Amino acid sequence: MRLSLTINGRATTADDVWEGESLLYVLRERLGLPGSKNACEQGECGSCTVYLDRVPVCACLVAAGQAEGREVGTVEGLAGEDELSTVQRAFVDTGAVQCGFCTPGLLVAADDLVKRVPEPSDAEIREALAGNLCRCTGYEKIMAAVRTAAGSGSPATGSGESSGEQLT
Amino acid sequence: MDFLRPASWSEALEAKANHPDATPIAGGTDVMVELNFDQRRPTTLLDLTRIERLAQWSRDSHPEGDVLRIGAGVPYSRLIGELGTSLPGLAIASRTVGSPQIRNRGTLGGNLASASPAGDGHPPLIASEAEIELESVRGTRTLPVSDFFTGVKRTALADDELVSAVHVPAATGPQQFSKIGPRNAMVIAVCTFAVALHPQRGTVGTGLGSVAPTPRSATEAEEFLAGELAENGRWERPDPLPESVIGRFGELVARAAAPIDDVRGTARYRTHALGVLARRTLGWAWDEYRNGTETSGRQGCA
Ligand SMILES: Cc1cc2nc3c(=O)[nH]c(=O)nc-3n(C[C@H](O)[C@H](O)[C@H](O)COP(=O)(O)OP(=O)(O)OC[C@H]3O[C@@H](n4cnc5c(N)ncnc54)[C@H](O)[C@@H]3O)c2cc1C
Ligand code: FES
Ligand code: FES
Repeated sequence: MRLSLTINGRATTADDVWEGESLLYVLRERLGLPGSKNACEQGECGSCTVYLDRVPVCACLVAAGQAEGREVGTVEGLAGEDELSTVQRAFVDTGAVQCGFCTPGLLVAADDLVKRVPEPSDAEIREALAGNLCRCTGYEKIMAAVRTAAGSGSPATGSGESSGEQLT
Repeated sequence: MDFLRPASWSEALEAKANHPDATPIAGGTDVMVELNFDQRRPTTLLDLTRIERLAQWSRDSHPEGDVLRIGAGVPYSRLIGELGTSLPGLAIASRTVGSPQIRNRGTLGGNLASASPAGDGHPPLIASEAEIELESVRGTRTLPVSDFFTGVKRTALADDELVSAVHVPAATGPQQFSKIGPRNAMVIAVCTFAVALHPQRGTVGTGLGSVAPTPRSATEAEEFLAGELAENGRWERPDPLPESVIGRFGELVARAAAPIDDVRGTARYRTHALGVLARRTLGWAWDEYRNGTETSGRQGCA
């Protein structure tokens, strides 16, 4: 089938799509948007998290046919023309990225959280990121990055190691 | 493969009648895992996500009390956000499902139709004596939730039928739910327990999950507790429950289980853990009742 949808604000079509393949496959293999990562294909790791009609979902669990006519937002759409988004900036500044495989999914999940919840508590941050696995960082720097992005507290909490002057 | 994308409920029922072998897909959180891993190659997928009616709920007044009619396509995140006060037990159970991404997509209808013994939506529905509304081009029927499940991953759905809605009586007292698993997020239950107190009727509802082929209630435990609360005037004078009552309730709940050994736990562990869950959740629910705290759909603390 030919699949028509909006991705990061742009009307897009993909050809020769098998309706039962995942939206993740369409993004990565048919549309050249490899930002969303494929690790488990079963909803467990969150590395494929995208917005579907503005709601974060696992792209690996959306059938291509279900995405017809929908609005998809991927990690590629977070940054502005010349600058990173607040959440991306905070991840970089805080050192929340190691191998980076989990990062795109975490960025989308964190982006959703800071847009929805003005000053999330640590419990709220943990809950919002519970569907995203990271095997490198131990999550502390990720927590710090999200706190920074949400403007809810000092990024130095706990680690005793702060990069100092990130918030503008 | 055919991919059917009905825009309305009547079209969906027509499609299911014409393609009885079609696999419905709602949130896809069960179906897509099977597709991605080649465990299933349906000839036809029937997408239900465009049907507005399935994504709606309403509150209907009845002489015996309000009933919530929840469309099969309402995702967990909305059950939590919109129905936490009316159906606290279901909301607490919904909070334990998967992760935010899964809860944004996964639906109650999908949870019912999958009929996994570990479906977290089932115990609170059993405890509240919910009814499942099934529909086909032939008409509509409603079944008690306990009759809907006929075995492991088997339901009363006919080939041409779809789940249209779930009818759940609004809570008239505290409700609780608890689940055992290795961590808080993203776990298939080792066992679950739901309890609902009905002070006006003087009854108690229970729902047991992941301890038998299908979810069930612990009738003996319900009757014991209801009798105990009535005989000793406890609904009127809600003092703390004696340990002996809580302990007996736990025992009777555990006795209602018929679990198996599997990778997630042994039958013996499940039975033990179920008794612990029953005692704890009863404690939380009774405290709520005593304190007259508003039911919130939030879990007590273990
Ligand atoms: C990572 C992950 C974690 C999970 N965690 C949990 C958990 O903690 N607890 C839990 O209970 N489940 C869990 N699940 C399983 C799943 O999310 C739930 O069972 C969910 O409720 C399924 O709903 P869905 O809308 O996604 O169903 P789908 O996958 O769309 O469908 C599931 C089944 O129901 C059928 N179906 C769907 N809607 C209808 C309808 N209206 N009428 C008739 N048939 C229908 C489909 O044909 C299919 O057989 C998890 C899944 C994943 C991937
Ligand atoms: S690849 Fe989708 S959740 Fe892991
Ligand atoms: S940075 Fe490597 S998985 Fe998270």
